[in-house]
Amino acid sequence: MQNVPAIHRLTVSPTGVDPRCSALMRDAMDLGITTLQSAQISDLIFVRGDVTEQDQRQLEDILVDSLLQQASWGLQGSKSKHVVESTLHSGVTDSVAHELHRVATRLGVAIDAVATGKRFELTGNLTRMDVDILVRKLLVNSVIENCSIDSPIVPAFAQAGPPTPSLVSYVSIPPDASDSELQELNIERGLAMDIEELRAVRNHYASAGAVARDIELESIAQTWSEHCAHKTFRASITLDDSITIPSLINQLRQTTELIDAPYVVSSFVGNAGIISFVPGTTIALKCETHNHPSAIEPFGGANTGVGGVIRDVLGASHLPIACTNILCFGRPTTRADDLPEGVFHPRRIRAGVVAGIADYGNKIGLPTVAGAVLYDDGYIANPLVYAGCIGVAHRPYNAQVPQTSDRIIVLGGRTGRDGLRGATFSSMTMDATTGDVSGASVQIGDPITEKLLIDVLGRGQDLFRAITDCGAGGLSSAIGEMAQGIGACVELSELPLKYPGLAPWEIWLSEAQERMVVAVDEAGVAALQETCERFGVEFTDVGFFTGTNRLVVQHDGDVVVDLDLDFLHDGRPQRHMSAVMPTPFRELMTREQFIKTFGDIDVVDSLKRLLAHPNIASKAAVIHRYDHEIRGATLVRPLIGARTDGHADGVVIAEPLDHHGIAIGIGVNPWFGALDAERMALSVVDEAMRNVVAVGADPDSVALLDNFSWGNPRRPSTLGDLVAAVKGCCDAAMTFQAPFVSGKDSLNNEYLGSDGERHSVPPTLVITAIAHVPDVAATVTPDLKAVGNLVVLIGRTDLEFGASHLAMVHGVADAGAVPAFDPSALDRYRLVHKAMRDGLVSACHDVAEGGIAVAIAEMAMAGRLGVNMSSDLVKEQLFSESNSRFLLEVAPTNVDTLLKRFGDSSVVIGIVTQEQKLQFSSDEGVFIDELLDIWQRVS
Amino acid sequence: MKHPVAAVLCAPGTNRDNDVTFALQLAGACPVTVLTTELLTNPSRIDDADILVIAGGFSYADALGAGRLFAVELEHAVGERISDAIAQGRAVLGICNGFQTLVRMGVLPGSGESAALGHNASGVFDCRWVELEATSKKCVWTKNLSQNIECPIAHGEGRFTCTQDTLEKLQGNDQIALRYVDANPNGSLDNVAGVCDQTGVVLGLMPHPENHVVSRQHPQSHRGVSRGLGLSLFQSGVCYARR
Repeated sequence: MQNVPAIHRLTVSPTGVDPRCSALMRDAMDLGITTLQSAQISDLIFVRGDVTEQDQRQLEDILVDSLLQQASWGLQGSKSKHVVESTLHSGVTDSVAHELHRVATRLGVAIDAVATGKRFELTGNLTRMDVDILVRKLLVNSVIENCSIDSPIVPAFAQAGPPTPSLVSYVSIPPDASDSELQELNIERGLAMDIEELRAVRNHYASAGAVARDIELESIAQTWSEHCAHKTFRASITLDDSITIPSLINQLRQTTELIDAPYVVSSFVGNAGIISFVPGTTIALKCETHNHPSAIEPFGGANTGVGGVIRDVLGASHLPIACTNILCFGRPTTRADDLPEGVFHPRRIRAGVVAGIADYGNKIGLPTVAGAVLYDDGYIANPLVYAGCIGVAHRPYNAQVPQTSDRIIVLGGRTGRDGLRGATFSSMTMDATTGDVSGASVQIGDPITEKLLIDVLGRGQDLFRAITDCGAGGLSSAIGEMAQGIGACVELSELPLKYPGLAPWEIWLSEAQERMVVAVDEAGVAALQETCERFGVEFTDVGFFTGTNRLVVQHDGDVVVDLDLDFLHDGRPQRHMSAVMPTPFRELMTREQFIKTFGDIDVVDSLKRLLAHPNIASKAAVIHRYDHEIRGATLVRPLIGARTDGHADGVVIAEPLDHHGIAIGIGVNPWFGALDAERMALSVVDEAMRNVVAVGADPDSVALLDNFSWGNPRRPSTLGDLVAAVKGCCDAAMTFQAPFVSGKDSLNNEYLGSDGERHSVPPTLVITAIAHVPDVAATVTPDLKAVGNLVVLIGRTDLEFGASHLAMVHGVADAGAVPAFDPSALDRYRLVHKAMRDGLVSACHDVAEGGIAVAIAEMAMAGRLGVNMSSDLVKEQLFSESNSRFLLEVAPTNVDTLLKRFGDSSVVIGIVTQEQKLQFSSDEGVFIDELLDIWQRVS
Repeated sequence: MKHPVAAVLCAPGTNRDNDVTFALQLAGACPVTVLTTELLTNPSRIDDADILVIAGGFSYADALGAGRLFAVELEHAVGERISDAIAQGRAVLGICNGFQTLVRMGVLPGSGESAALGHNASGVFDCRWVELEATSKKCVWTKNLSQNIECPIAHGEGRFTCTQDTLEKLQGNDQIALRYVDANPNGSLDNVAGVCDQTGVVLGLMPHPENHVVSRQHPQSHRGVSRGLGLSLFQSGVCYARR
């Protein structure tokens, strides 16, 4: 019998105060567990092998810092009533274990496996049920971790899976298979196809006279999934049983073509949109969602979302320079009892998501510069995580496709069972069991491996001909896409694996992170390999492009996939869908109606309520978690003002010595979306425009990204909202002459509760604007600068309160129409920009949630100055959320010039004062300190 | 020697190498990037440099503790050469992860004393601007600074700690090179932001002076603020290396 090496266990505990414990206590209170008195968190390290005492001391030297920690080998007793221990599932990325293994080997300590874990010692009068709740909701995520309560845990070392009995199994699809037989196949194989697609598959195999291999079906299902094929955006749609419109994607594309902006280099193809504002430099931009994974494993889901979008930019041959994110959660004050079954508390989700984004961005070394955090009950079961990335290249952009006999090289991370079937999973509705059954769909990122990919790929495009990233669908998707129109032959057994025992289909579809696929001319292989070796990036030659237009995949020479690429990419029947168009209320409110709706509200009280609302309250606690300073190019930062605690409208990135830069602005308003999807789209494009213009961007050089997160589009009303929103996007883009260059949709953001009800997210469209900043000396921040300056309102204020934050904080359900779009806005934005270039503007802030009142309060708080507001403004004007407005701070000497330029659309509404107080009228005023205290309160 | 050669040492996960390279260039040095993988085959690259800089980042993903594995790798590949460089009086700088690495190597605070950089008191990674006062008359990187430096921190493990005995020795030896002014962002003992070794040629600090080398990088530049350039720290080191 073979000797099984012993497992040695080391427990490392902090000796001082551990901030993780106080966080844990706070989170337990949120769950309604008040009896947890104290907690101790320790790290567990398991090493398997013949480890001597001397080896143990050597390992301790590496693992334990005696000034901060204490450590002991073997099992520990505990004075605590309850002990919970956890370790990662086999196959989940564990960089600590990986590095320890590597360094131990270097030191000559012979160990054959390492695993890590955590130990929680809980003290207090806790029932077994309390402990169970803590374990499920806080301490352990069963998606990635095992746990053991009150007994020592045994680690699951990375190991071989069950041996695969046969490489490939054949699936018989009779040429006359009925719809019900096809549906059976659909469910049995988890293909998530609709009946027309199933028939197309059946007919394809019938006409080819071939028998389907199981891996082929998996490849087709993945390529045709909503996530990869965007079937809804490509569908023909019949509106209200009458007219049929072109696909949504074509509407957006046509708008971009009609605008024909000179700075668009590449739109709606490849991994990212590409634009160019100055000769010789191109910018790649992309925004993605990672919603489903973030719901079930917030840290890993958000973490790999960031990694994925950075690879999109790398896959467009650009060097990433900045990241963005927009996060939507349930309200932090949600009661634990109100959570649907199987759903984490919004605070837990937020903590995990923010930590996941911070972990990836900070470690890979990219500034996380712009974003938004939104709260609404509609996101309790379906949090949304949008991650964006921007990259640059300093050479003519030249997109190339693979040529026959080019080698197919896989770079970066190793392949494991990570994220299998992620593409099909993310296209399905979640329910209470999703977290349990989809464990394999979520991964933890490894930012350092991706950093090394950047180091290699940043050396220049000379090293490869074409490139794409491995995202959803893994190699199947990446190589399948690259091989379109040419064909490829791939040998899977060449790929380095995280652990042995993977079946060919698992290798082919694995969504292991941090991998890129490049096509390299045979003569260039050696140079790429050498660069990879220098930076320690794994390099695997897995095959070549053939010229046969077939996708052939082998494992040890056995064919496991042989598919016609035309069928794979173009064989999917276009989907036909039906939409019922919304008929939103659009009448403007009168003063009388305002008073009837809101009553006699108090200005200062309303302002305080607005500033305390989590959507408006300070996001500084989140922003500080992200490194927004690295690269030294964040010129207008997310945090600005006299104490660096105000929020900028947009950000400006400019290399330290460049005289020009780019601005990034975000527009998002799901509350408008719930009432009027078309006006929401118009409004959020306007908002994104305002946010870049406010910091100094040229309104005539703006490119846009669209990201839709929606419910199930099979519901005709939901699809109707989507159609209306796309129409709004196209109309706004035309009006501003700002083209869309890339976009992404995430549909089916719904949760089937155990109550049998469907919980959908509100229609959430995120618009990212990227704009040219021609002169960094003319960039502007929103903080008030000097006493005696005047505050000028630009734009028209109507009584528009539908889905406004004033309505929210006063509990008003029906507050009329969503703000209308102002088609004349572009002219004013040009004038604002010109005024900035002429040095007339000291501060600029866009007017959005909470209206003028919130905007002026934010300017005053950021500048630590006060404002005497003009008494001409009536109460309702202070809180209206009409579009297309700015507040400008202007020196008295400049104000006449400015007012003359803007004419009727400008009015002086206040004067900046030394006394740090907002004075609305003689008897309505509030001190800035009091507002800051409310606005900065952490929720 | 008009442009002293500054070797910027990088491990997998080092990410502020470009920023510090830019700062060194502006300060008049000639920076070269040296990867740990290259040191294994070509350790003499240490000897060729007038200045050694360990750049910030997340070497080896902070696995096993920030700077731990970078320290093991450097010790293994070029430990003696680095000791020789210090003995010869060549200037050495470790920023953030580089500071953590020098502490793990025992180079700082040196003389057999030990210190550590623990998790921030807040428990989380923190990116914010800080003000630093140069307090050592010994450290070649900071002794000639005429005004306080303002620059960002960006770290999760920057809480300087040591025994009371060690702290008193460091104070007595004039080894506390930089202190946080007004606000201590991470709970460091005695507001320590950076320490030097007993000779004054090795400096380790948590904040990032390399991210404030032109005045418009200051977060209040839009309010007309122009002060506290971190560039002066690099200029001091380069000036010393030129001697």
